[in-house]
Amino acid sequence: MTLADHLAILPIAIPALAAPFALLVMRRRRRLGIVISLVSCLAMLASALALLAQASSGAITAYELGDWPAPFGIVLVADRLAAMMLVLAATLALLALLHAVMTRADRKGWHFHPLFQFQLMGLNGAFLTGDLFNLFVFFEVLLIASYGLMLHGQGPARLKAGVQYVIVNLVGSSLFLIALGLLYALTGTLNMADMGLRVASLAPEDQGLLRIAALLLVSVFALKAAVAPLHLWLMRTYAVSTPAVAALFAIMTKVGVYSLIRVVPQVFGDGAGAAAWVPAPYLLPAAMVTTVIGFAGVFVARSLSEQAAYAVIGSTGTLLIAVAGWQTATLGAALYYLVHSTIAAAALFLMADVVARRRGGFADSASPGPDFADRNAVGLMFMLAAIAATGLPPLSGFIGKLMILKSVSALPDWGWAWGVILTTTLIGIIGFARVGSALFWKQVQNGQVPAPAAARADLAAPAIALALLAALSAGAGWASTYANAAAAQVLDSALSARAVLGEGAQ
Amino acid sequence: MTYEFLVASAIGVLVAGGIFLALRARTFQVVVGLTLFSYAVNLFLFASGRLQLNSPPIWSEAVTEYTDPLPQALVLTAIVITFGMTAFVVILSLRSFLESGSDHVDGDTLPSDTQDGLRDENAQGQRP
Repeated sequence: MTLADHLAILPIAIPALAAPFALLVMRRRRRLGIVISLVSCLAMLASALALLAQASSGAITAYELGDWPAPFGIVLVADRLAAMMLVLAATLALLALLHAVMTRADRKGWHFHPLFQFQLMGLNGAFLTGDLFNLFVFFEVLLIASYGLMLHGQGPARLKAGVQYVIVNLVGSSLFLIALGLLYALTGTLNMADMGLRVASLAPEDQGLLRIAALLLVSVFALKAAVAPLHLWLMRTYAVSTPAVAALFAIMTKVGVYSLIRVVPQVFGDGAGAAAWVPAPYLLPAAMVTTVIGFAGVFVARSLSEQAAYAVIGSTGTLLIAVAGWQTATLGAALYYLVHSTIAAAALFLMADVVARRRGGFADSASPGPDFADRNAVGLMFMLAAIAATGLPPLSGFIGKLMILKSVSALPDWGWAWGVILTTTLIGIIGFARVGSALFWKQVQNGQVPAPAAARADLAAPAIALALLAALSAGAGWASTYANAAAAQVLDSALSARAVLGEGAQ
Repeated sequence: MTYEFLVASAIGVLVAGGIFLALRARTFQVVVGLTLFSYAVNLFLFASGRLQLNSPPIWSEAVTEYTDPLPQALVLTAIVITFGMTAFVVILSLRSFLESGSDHVDGDTLPSDTQDGLRDENAQGQRP
């Protein structure tokens, strides 16, 4: 056994070890705690890249925890999709951590770094696991950490939003457990690959229950992904969170989308009888409504952080329009756009913080205020972030939306999808232009002059995020090939069933 | 049939009560509702391995009648998680009440609790 054999567990083990160490040293040696957190994120990125290199050949690595054989023990499955999500999570974590340390946001409360590491452990676990109950456990790990991170910095507004966020997610977790109980009672297994094989041989009288379980499970994922009408928890939560934390939360809605992409083809695919592709008819209308709500919110938002939160909803909706096709081309386009939209949303949240730090009492509200430091540079970066979020050239959002439009044109409902995506893009552009011109062009003279920002160090993290988007645009050929290969792999449920359960599995 | 009816109706009543309370406006009722709901979920998970009376939970060659041990492990995990979550949401709503002076879930400090006919004079709270 070498380290390479245990590569799949590293993205979970590294933060799980880093979190308690950071907790132990944070009290006395703050710097050491920051170093532990940074080193852990870098190690995570390295292991995720190693997994990406391993998976890019098409190999599916199944790691059996405790060496228990597959359907009985818990397996971790590292395929192209999982490796891609791990790299995305580690990159985003580094960005958010950099910004938190640069702006000293991590000093506004206790235990920022341990909670941050636990959050990453939950995220990485959810991306890697091949077991449904284990998915629930990792969801809980990332939710518990996110409750703490969301409340980081305290204040009545955060506490109020926190109560709603926690209650909504507690209900979601309970529904998740009911769906799991139903699925276990019907199939007698919790391993996703094994369940995918067993749903095919269910008795006719159990088909109704299977359908209920499938729809319940999909609703829980839709709640996590903030799909309309289950999106109402998101705006307040994200808008009041510490911006560095909100930037990391940009991937939390993507966990819901990821679970949908992972579970539906694997368990409720072609062979699932009455539950075959059961969310498909509902997903496209819900995704279109989500897109409209998201970009309408971008249009009317009163502050930059609220606008960024609505942009998250809108991009998730756009993403799901493509996912709802359930074909290799549409799913590949969706995966490319997923990576783009996560980083773009993070850039928007970070820019909101950059603006708020320079405007004193005016914070990030979308109304004209007095002149502030670095106005031109900040305005230019905001424009780039807005270009990314709406999907204009030259950044990767344009390529992502183009791929989505091209791939959905083969579907029967392509007219609706095109109409919604193109109209919402226009609305989004107008919304960002309105806020940008109010903030960076207009000026009121009589307002008090805010204190100048101490340093320009806080521009670093959003600049890196924008550079990553440019790189994603420049490397679009390679990235879209990988995304298409990942989509083909995840849609072929027999492939991962063979990798997890051995060659004999049918 | 009798056991199944008893367990099923107990779960149903708990879920109905839990959802009703979770939809109320004040945090205390919501927390109690979530607790009832989680009890129902735990019972449901326990029953997902079928209701088998007086049987050992461990399979061996000698035993023909056994009860499924996996749901018992699952329910243990679920109990631990929901217990921690309930404790957290209680503390969180208490902090929220003390900081914002309102125990309404939507953060509204205006009297809005007309749904249960109670007067809302006490909903405002006092800032410590």
